[in-house]
Amino acid sequence: MAPAIVVSGLVKNFGHARALNGLDLKVETGEVHGFLGPNGSGKTTTIRILLGLLRADAGSVSLLGGDPWRDAVALHRRLAYVPGELSLWPNLSGGEVIDLLGRLRGDFNWRRRDQLLQRFELDPTKKARTYSKGNRQKVGLVAALASDAELLLLDEPTSGLDPLMEAVFQDCIREVKAQGRTVLLSSHILAEVEALCDRVSIIRLGRTEQSGTLQEMRHLTRTSIIAELKAPAAGLNSLPGIHGLEVHDSMVRFDVDSEHLGDVVRRLGELGVTSLMSHPPTLEELFLRHYGDELSKEPERGSTEAEFRRDGRA
Amino acid sequence: MNDLTGTGALIRLILRRDRIRISIWVVSIALVVFLTAVGVRSLFPTQASIDQAAAATQQNAGAIAFNGPAQGLDTLGGQIAFQVGALGMVVVALMSIFMIGRLTRGDEEAGRLELVRSLPVGIHAPALAALITLVGMNVAVAVLVFAALSAEGLPTAGSLVLGASFAAVGLFFTGVALVAAQISQNTRVVYGSSGALLGLAYVMRIVGDIGDGTVSWFSPIGLAQKTRPFAGERWWPLLPLLLAALALIAVALRLAIKRDYGAGLVAPRPGRIVATRSLGHPLGLAMRLQRGALFGWGGGVLVTGIAYGSIAPTIDSFVANNKAMAELLASAGIGNLADTYFATSFRVMALIASGFAIQSALRLRSEESALRAEPVLATPVSRSRWAASHLTIALAGSVGLLAVAGLATGVSYAMAGGPWSSVPRLLGAAVVYAPAIWLMIGLVVIVFGFAPRWVDVAWGILAACSVIGLLGVVLRLPDWVQKLSPFERTPALPAANMAVLPLVVLTALAAVSIFGGLGGLRRRDIG
Repeated sequence: MAPAIVVSGLVKNFGHARALNGLDLKVETGEVHGFLGPNGSGKTTTIRILLGLLRADAGSVSLLGGDPWRDAVALHRRLAYVPGELSLWPNLSGGEVIDLLGRLRGDFNWRRRDQLLQRFELDPTKKARTYSKGNRQKVGLVAALASDAELLLLDEPTSGLDPLMEAVFQDCIREVKAQGRTVLLSSHILAEVEALCDRVSIIRLGRTEQSGTLQEMRHLTRTSIIAELKAPAAGLNSLPGIHGLEVHDSMVRFDVDSEHLGDVVRRLGELGVTSLMSHPPTLEELFLRHYGDELSKEPERGSTEAEFRRDGRA
Repeated sequence: MNDLTGTGALIRLILRRDRIRISIWVVSIALVVFLTAVGVRSLFPTQASIDQAAAATQQNAGAIAFNGPAQGLDTLGGQIAFQVGALGMVVVALMSIFMIGRLTRGDEEAGRLELVRSLPVGIHAPALAALITLVGMNVAVAVLVFAALSAEGLPTAGSLVLGASFAAVGLFFTGVALVAAQISQNTRVVYGSSGALLGLAYVMRIVGDIGDGTVSWFSPIGLAQKTRPFAGERWWPLLPLLLAALALIAVALRLAIKRDYGAGLVAPRPGRIVATRSLGHPLGLAMRLQRGALFGWGGGVLVTGIAYGSIAPTIDSFVANNKAMAELLASAGIGNLADTYFATSFRVMALIASGFAIQSALRLRSEESALRAEPVLATPVSRSRWAASHLTIALAGSVGLLAVAGLATGVSYAMAGGPWSSVPRLLGAAVVYAPAIWLMIGLVVIVFGFAPRWVDVAWGILAACSVIGLLGVVLRLPDWVQKLSPFERTPALPAANMAVLPLVVLTALAAVSIFGGLGGLRRRDIG
């Protein structure tokens, strides 16, 4: 089957600032694709080009087999979009906004709408003015998930959601995937991406850094470990997959590639562990570790996506 | 004074971000007064010509309805105050309302105030900073008006009183807007309700000045005109006006501590669980978003039309009882004084209706800026269809407002003693301005399509058209300048003869600019 999204060599300038600098992205039909990158790396700009809201300066974009700029209306019948910062009409109720967006799209499943309202525990009678950020986000999610659109474009859709609602969201996305629909999920929450995504593209400074399945990118998912040992931390350094080992008396701190985690834990057991803490690194930590040196060299890092979007507005 | 901590820093912030806006308001008001003074002087070069003008205006109910009481018209200063006084006070009031709304509730609604209030900033500091800024702006208007009139060699006392009465009206409406900003969560409602009060003040002034003058004492504008600039000045009418302003400010500060941040005094009601059928297409959404503005402006036009229509019979009787006047008018080529009066009335109401039309068309830009266009455009709604929805309200709504203006004027004229047969004639005289208003909408759309950041110039163009329409003769603007305004191209019915060609040309220009603007919108980035 043809890929749902094919982007190659995408360039977008805002005045003198270059937001996208030759970005490539390929999303296969039926997959949940994670779109990762630090703030200001160009995720939102890419999605807005995919929606035909912005016009690319160079490069090619194909969305569901069409040109998102030229065929916007026809393509929008087949997709649903949740912006990262959903701005609502303050004097409309949440229910009214959901219905409005659903009717504008044309396909709207009323039964699913009511189910989603319950699952996300959203009060549809409240005026949009009074919603918190998380509740505004739920309005966008319910409107998008109540549709039968074959492609979901989700731009940091869970920002502001509490952990319970994050779990509901993940369930919903799994259901969408089970129906064979395609999802592009922009996020900087690695746990969410790991839980949901088949493949991942990581971008930075408007360019794709890495793309592939999570298996292929295992080296990115390291676990941080802090352990208290009975014996001196001998031999840890020689184990494969250990990075940034620090030893303070009986305490050790290091990161380990997930594929070597088993060997390392076994070795720690031999050494006699009295306490153990482990957590997967956040994407930000990974980025800082991987790209920290390069980042500090880049003078243009200051211009964020938000600044592009808000530029020139009072 | 912990409540006021940070006021100074906030004033500096306001001056930094709004320095251009503040300068434009203050300088343009003073400039219009100065140009009026220059214009009146060259219009009436001799005392004899002033006396002649005074005789023609003294009992002309139409002129009094638009400008205010006939006082000191046999002096140069009196003529200037008559021509620019009421208009200037309305503009100063608008300046105060828009600046206060923007700086207080506007910032709060946009969430900008939240961060400020998290700093060591007193609860009253933001409102007080806005208040002090507006006091400064109004005083600056007074000083510049005084300077402009003095530069033209007018008597000091009169120049001072006219400038001060401008500032007093401005401060009164500063207080009004400050109270409104506490009551409503919605900045548009702050503008709307304060503007409605300004309209009421203007209408009360008309009713009072046409009658025995009593009602004018209860209108802030009427009260300010009781200072009689250049006609035996008296200062004391400004005292109740300033006391009322102080009382309003005190009320606003009291209300401010009674409410939560971001909230109004009226708790929001729960909305519908399910949207109505009409809210299922772009036009339904546009109607829902704009109906408040449409009804608000409609109410304003209705009351203005009733006021203008109901005093028209006074003008008929004025001419009927005054043979000399009738001859004078005939020799000046003015056929029917009442018709001239109606023509001016509809020009004023057409300018008011344009205010709605521009605000309505600008909704496209405000929806885009607030990122609310984005979710709509991400559905199968084309940019053109989305834009057309708001423009339909603007184009049809402005025709509706003109019809309301014509009917309100005609029916109230008939009920006050005029002929019922004039109702359709006056309706036509109002609706004839539709192509001119459409062209104003077209200007908004073309700027929106190609240079969206500059859409607010539409307000500047409307201001220029208003100056041409209301003061063009007095300012002695060259004919070609006056003809730049689409309102001057429109036949001034019922006083002038109908002319179809200009209406066709205006409509064609409007269509070209609207379709051109939509073409630009299709080609540019959204956001």
